Amino acid sequence: MKINIPTPLRPYAEKKDTVDVQAKTVGDALTGLTAKHPELRRHLYTDEGKLRAFVNVYLNDEDVRYLQQESTPVGEGDTISIVPSIAGGKFSS
Amino acid sequence: MSDFEVLKDKACMLKIGKSDYQALRDHGEETYPHECCGVLLGRTEGEDRAVTSIVRCGNTRTDSPQNRYHIDPRELIAIERQGRERGDDIVGFYHSHPDHPARWSPTDLAEAHWIGCSYVITSVQNGVAQTTNSFVLVGKDETEKRLEDEKITVISEVAGKIAEPKRSA
Repeated sequence: MKINIPTPLRPYAEKKDTVDVQAKTVGDALTGLTAKHPELRRHLYTDEGKLRAFVNVYLNDEDVRYLQQESTPVGEGDTISIVPSIAGGKFSS
Repeated sequence: MSDFEVLKDKACMLKIGKSDYQALRDHGEETYPHECCGVLLGRTEGEDRAVTSIVRCGNTRTDSPQNRYHIDPRELIAIERQGRERGDDIVGFYHSHPDHPARWSPTDLAEAHWIGCSYVITSVQNGVAQTTNSFVLVGKDETEKRLEDEKITVISEVAGKIAEPKRSA
């Protein structure tokens, strides 16, 4: 299956925009990705090993948080997209 | 070479066509008094970014659209796919600050995560677009990220020449 790498993370994935991995679940796929490109780990996960809050992971067009999270099964033709959130505004607390 | 000259050499630039530049400013006027938002597709040229098209997005922060914006990741995935087909990448984002300066806010920095991308902000005063500024998110990671000023160079598509933005500070 294919994992789409967003622009800011490509420097840590040999400048690739997609990475192919063999996986049975979303968790497997992300483990496979960080095994191939270890530098990605600290950008995707906190020191406690949790996926960073602003990192959205989509399986095709579905947010994995609303599926079975990292246990969500994946098939060979699926695509995972890693999408850091886009937000902000003039608001200041 | 002095330190100043070294820094000057490293200053980043955002190149954008006149019609795209105008369109992102118009977007801010249309959504006033709410914040608008959108994506810049294009190519990275060394330390600079060249915009080939802009894509308008919906602001999902319907709870507080006057001072917050958020782009639906699904919209972003579709835009990224659209860019990929043409050999373009996401090189930045834009949004507006209604009745507020075109400077990044603490919220803009806290919620900026696309290191190496441009964040364009247009100040819209009483419904009229004023200053448009661009900032590039730099740093190795989340702990040391910062937004730095970058120059906007507006390209006139007709003449193919560089035109300075009229109302940009």
